[in-house]
Amino acid sequence: MPKELWKGNEAIAEAAVRAGLEAYFGYPITPQTEILEYLSRRMPELGRAFVQAESELGAINMVYGAACTGVRVMSTSSSPGVSLMMEGLSYIAGTEIPAVLVNVMRGGPGLGNIAPAQSDYNQAVRGGGHGDYPRIVLAPASIQEAIDLMGLSFDLAEKYRMIAMMILDGSVGQMMEPAEMPEMMEVKRKDFDWATNGAMNRERRLLTSIYLNPLDEEKTNLRMLKRWKEVQTNEVRYKEYFLDDAKYVVIGFGTAGRVALSAVREARAQGIKVGLLRPITVSPFPYEALEQLIPQAEAFLVTEMNMGQMLDDVLLTVRGRVPVEFYGRPGGVVPFHNEILDEIQRLVSGPLAVQTDPRESWLTRMTA
Amino acid sequence: MATPNNLVYERPEAFTDMPTHYCPGCTHGVAHRLVAEVLEEMDLIHKTIGVAPVGCSVFAYNYFDTDFVEAPHGRAPAMATGVKRVLPDRVVFTYQGDGDLASIGMGEIVHAAARGENITVIFINNANFGMTGGQMAPTTLPGMKTTSSASGRDVETQGYPIKVSEMISTLDGVGYCVRRSLHDPKNIRLAKKAIRTAFETQVRGLGFSMVELLSTCPTNWGMTPVDSLKFVDEHMIPAYPLGDYKISDAIKQIKI
Amino acid sequence: MQKEIIIAGFGGQGVLFAGQVLAYSAMDNGKDVTWIPSYGPEMRGGTANCTVVIADHEIGSPLVKNPPLAIALNLPSFDRYEELLATGGTLIVNQSMVDRAAQRNDIHVIMVPCNEIAEEIGDRKLTNMVAVGALLSALPEVKIEDVEKALEGHLPARHKHLLPKNYEALKRGYEHAQKEWDKIPA
Repeated sequence: MPKELWKGNEAIAEAAVRAGLEAYFGYPITPQTEILEYLSRRMPELGRAFVQAESELGAINMVYGAACTGVRVMSTSSSPGVSLMMEGLSYIAGTEIPAVLVNVMRGGPGLGNIAPAQSDYNQAVRGGGHGDYPRIVLAPASIQEAIDLMGLSFDLAEKYRMIAMMILDGSVGQMMEPAEMPEMMEVKRKDFDWATNGAMNRERRLLTSIYLNPLDEEKTNLRMLKRWKEVQTNEVRYKEYFLDDAKYVVIGFGTAGRVALSAVREARAQGIKVGLLRPITVSPFPYEALEQLIPQAEAFLVTEMNMGQMLDDVLLTVRGRVPVEFYGRPGGVVPFHNEILDEIQRLVSGPLAVQTDPRESWLTRMTA
Repeated sequence: MATPNNLVYERPEAFTDMPTHYCPGCTHGVAHRLVAEVLEEMDLIHKTIGVAPVGCSVFAYNYFDTDFVEAPHGRAPAMATGVKRVLPDRVVFTYQGDGDLASIGMGEIVHAAARGENITVIFINNANFGMTGGQMAPTTLPGMKTTSSASGRDVETQGYPIKVSEMISTLDGVGYCVRRSLHDPKNIRLAKKAIRTAFETQVRGLGFSMVELLSTCPTNWGMTPVDSLKFVDEHMIPAYPLGDYKISDAIKQIKI
Repeated sequence: MQKEIIIAGFGGQGVLFAGQVLAYSAMDNGKDVTWIPSYGPEMRGGTANCTVVIADHEIGSPLVKNPPLAIALNLPSFDRYEELLATGGTLIVNQSMVDRAAQRNDIHVIMVPCNEIAEEIGDRKLTNMVAVGALLSALPEVKIEDVEKALEGHLPARHKHLLPKNYEALKRGYEHAQKEWDKIPA
């Protein structure tokens, strides 16, 4: 298919349709409402299910219901709406069924603003809903990547009976870029041996997240962890830029990652041996790829549009062997590449020390 | 075991073999049985997906021999919407208590009804939160003592009961909305007929259907089962009048 | 090669579409491109802007602090982007909407009476295309024919009858800018 100029939100919607999305449930919230609007036209014309729910609570539980039948289903929202969905997400996780959710993140906490942010990393990767459950989290940095990862989200969710969440900031949702859509996939209902679609010629099935006996719940938790280990082994994705001879390594995901790319290019033009590691799966996090860089790295620079959330994953890996520095813009501010370039130059001019919490010195610099 | 010649009462096919966990004298068992009989009579067991609530009837899924899913507290109508929208030829019902439906789940039930979701809702009104030990529910009667309204529900500070059927019946998406009671055999027969009509409504695609059932909670009410039935008759029915709140013209034509 | 362009003006001046036309032109020419709008409350009136980045490699940041190229269709945008423009950059200013001369002398400021030219062609809505035409005088990577092709390919069907006027707007903007460039001593 030829490249077309796609707006992020609409590209995500169309990519989901082409990946076989059979049901969409959502609620309007900026900056992702175009996904809902697009699908309100597209789904009915294809004879597929679309409901504008009464709330994000309603939407995620409609997703839960449809997911129980084994169809490809998703919802999309933005930060405050995703917070409301956390109850349903925990239930979906506990029921071990596939579902896809897109969070077009905005500045927070609270009502915050509608500007691009990455401050829901921890919510997506580590927690959010109650209970102990893993989930796959993908972080596209461009519209083509968002399209490709949309299809992958459904595949992974089904393969591992797990939530696959795509997190992107509002700027990817609102941006336009040339991108190529995949061909329309034929919708074929898979005959999953767990789906509750009517006990026709088979034993009845039950889908629930309740395990009253703690030993059963423990077994379920361990089963999920075992499955998660498979995900960690098979599904880590990331992109490397200029890393072969890099002495300094910038790490950033999504928009912060691509802004860093501009800074890295300019630094390279100045002769600085710096490269970029851009995680695409932030859960599972590319720990091993990062580990491989430790022998060659004189320092790492983590850059995010938050107060240092992925930073913890980097610190966990590096464990004090090399200095790790942090540069973030929280609250809905997108950094310019000049800022990250300044940080790279600061790293090069040194001296750097291993810090317990790189946020402290960053905060001092930010508020100076 | 051979079927005796004088058999007049047996377990409906729509039930599993699991004995229920309900307290002695609780009418959940009656309500379950009525739903099971209707599913069997209409030959719907193999194509039904039930949606269980959170509350005393959280284990409803253990008792019905149909596919079942278990919703978060109050969200059963949303979950049922998700199932029904992708499987429109299946039968989908929720079974919800008054805490689930009329308190935490008020948003979901109202909007499912307003959208005219073609699902059936069995709504058990026993005027309290049973599972958590008898707290005040939106349906608790004025002056009624519960563990969270120890000197009786004071409408000045704790508000008034919500009359769910009256409210739901105002929505245009609703095809069938009635209130029945389970306190004596005559009313149980009427309740069954209503449940049958509700499922007929769904099978015919005639919109949202709900049957509210006035029920007992002897344990939390602190009464004997017999006194509980009397309480329904003497106190619940005056506050929640039995009747047909909405029956669309198309549904009136259904002959059972 | 990488060029960043910011286009700014009042909502309703066709700022976002002007950026999209540039993006289509670049894409059709095999370039990588990003287009990103300012979004949110400001789209309900007030100043709107979009940033277009054109490159022949994978584009990093879709935003730029100090653009080498900008179009300011109104006075607030002139004030803002005259200050932010990169040294040596070019700022196309809609002269019809500003009442002052440029203050910086380390950038090129090209004054174009976009409203008047658009009105002469017969449609005030062409203001944005006049400005795009003028911008092309400082953006050799995109040819006027590329933009014409992009307009033909991407203008909504209901506006297709306006294509000749759009072409004229591009041409008149470009020519006016060329004359302004000629006045600048080498």
